[in-house]
Amino acid sequence: MLYREAGDFNTSYPQDSQTFPIRFDRYRYYVVLAFAFLVVPFLINDYWANAILLPFLIYAIAAIGLNILTGYCGQVSLGTGGFMAVGAYACYKLMTAMPEVSMFVHVILAGGITALVGVLFGLPSLRIKGFYLAVATLAAQFFLVWLFNRVPWFYNYSASGQINAPERDTFGILITGPNAPAWATYLFCLIFLAASALIARNLTRGTMGRSWMAIRDMDIAAEIIGVNPLRAKLSAFAVSSFFVGISGALFFSVYLGAVEVGEAFGINKSFLVLFMVIIGGLGSIFGSFAGAAFLVLLPVALKVVGVDMMGWPTDIVAHFQLVIVGALIVLFLIVEPHGLAQLWRLAKEKLRLWPFPH
Amino acid sequence: MLDASEGYTTADGRKIGGPVMEMKNITLRFGGVKAITDISFDIREGEIRAIIGPNGAGKSSMLNVISGFYVPQEGEVWFRGAKRAPMKPYEVARQGIARTFQNIALFEGMSVLDNVMTGRLTHMTSGIFAQAIWKGKAEAEETANREIAEKVIDFLEIQHIRKTPVARLPYGLKKRVELARALAAEPKLLLLDEPMAGMNVEEKEDMSRFILDVNDEFGTTIALIEHDMGVVMDLSDRVVVMDYGKKIGDGTPDEVRTNQDVIDAYLGVAHD
Repeated sequence: MLYREAGDFNTSYPQDSQTFPIRFDRYRYYVVLAFAFLVVPFLINDYWANAILLPFLIYAIAAIGLNILTGYCGQVSLGTGGFMAVGAYACYKLMTAMPEVSMFVHVILAGGITALVGVLFGLPSLRIKGFYLAVATLAAQFFLVWLFNRVPWFYNYSASGQINAPERDTFGILITGPNAPAWATYLFCLIFLAASALIARNLTRGTMGRSWMAIRDMDIAAEIIGVNPLRAKLSAFAVSSFFVGISGALFFSVYLGAVEVGEAFGINKSFLVLFMVIIGGLGSIFGSFAGAAFLVLLPVALKVVGVDMMGWPTDIVAHFQLVIVGALIVLFLIVEPHGLAQLWRLAKEKLRLWPFPH
Repeated sequence: MLDASEGYTTADGRKIGGPVMEMKNITLRFGGVKAITDISFDIREGEIRAIIGPNGAGKSSMLNVISGFYVPQEGEVWFRGAKRAPMKPYEVARQGIARTFQNIALFEGMSVLDNVMTGRLTHMTSGIFAQAIWKGKAEAEETANREIAEKVIDFLEIQHIRKTPVARLPYGLKKRVELARALAAEPKLLLLDEPMAGMNVEEKEDMSRFILDVNDEFGTTIALIEHDMGVVMDLSDRVVVMDYGKKIGDGTPDEVRTNQDVIDAYLGVAHD
């Protein structure tokens, strides 16, 4: 009986259009933020950071990015892995070219470079849509991976063809490299995730978001009421790629540390992020979090249950994971195309009237 | 027929100004098919102008020419005293022409309020960075435009469904939301493509009242296509009649009603 919406009146339009119009939601949001920023860094250890928290934070940023493009603007993209690779390589080149600059600047710049590349590969969207656009972005995926494999300049002519994150700090705290403390890498990623989610939310509840959604729902009507389709689509590609680029940069520099492009940013990555968005919920920022959390936690949970508790062989559990994810995708597409976010909304609606539904 | 330059006074005493939109000798072809042949007419400031005709007469094509979807092969479109170069639909919208569609074209995934707010897009100019942090101009602009959108919502009596996703609404309300979205743009010329299609008598009465009120309160110039002759004759100040892409009549409802060509087009002619 703690959660109640009644008696919570908004008396001005800014109040009504805020992110959490209900007071309880707002307080919960502050509590979660405070917990994530002030409590978790003291509890964290290397296992939690590397197995769960870092991948969750980084994939959530990528999912927010893809959700803006696919969920809000309706442009299907299979090039997420390629754009993450752009972010990673941009970050690598910046880190090696300007060692003394803060990592914050590198990651943001890497996002900016990815945004430019995203706009370039978004140009076909002005002519083609749906299935055909998906294939066009697939071409971007393969081309970018090929490019980073074949042009030695991108990996600084290293013999292995890999890129390795050198040790870099920000405000004197080590962020990258094997000696970076878990709490620092966690906080670094958390700051980017919080900022990304905030920006994404602000953009999607305002003018920009409405023109994206108008293009998604009915592009002809959108044009008739004054949406410039070129601007709307390309800005969606730019914003989306910016976030995806940031996640790619963090994935390489903070999380993995060393990257072989075909392995880390192959087509599998594109699908993984797309699955997160579908399972989490298209057109929902919360859905991006939920989807990322789900697909990051699923293998960990399966391993704990299957290998540690039941004593099954590791490879069987790994295959189980593939089967389960595949089945879930099909299930979600049929039963609830709007994903976990919609299930959450429905549950809230049901609980609002519980136990007297009529 | 009226003189092209000056206004007139309607039977119910409203002052109608000079032409807002002038179509001059418009011809539109799709390959070998002539959809519109050499049609000229004007729409005056503050009037309700109806375009009628049997199915396939080219009415919707005419509306699409006005809203920039089709570019006519011949003829000129004059808007507010200036010749209009061929332009994209969104540029036409920015000039102050809004429209509704024959088949509802709402954004189904968005709430009613968001749909109406998209109608305000042409009035919103804040940059992407201001919007990203939701401060300064972006926030002020959002609130200012929300007020106007709320006025339209209030006017069309759809406050109770403000936050409802459009996909959940019944047909009649969707039509009203679509009108709200067009009105929110504060258009200088409002185009309605069959606003009463598929409605029952009660809904038609409501919609007619809204159209008259919009014209009355905001002084909006309205051009509409409609098949219900009773509605057309009651609402409109002047009527253009089209048949097979040609204009066969133009004038007040009474003039059109007695026009022999119009009667022939609607009732058919005896061939001997």
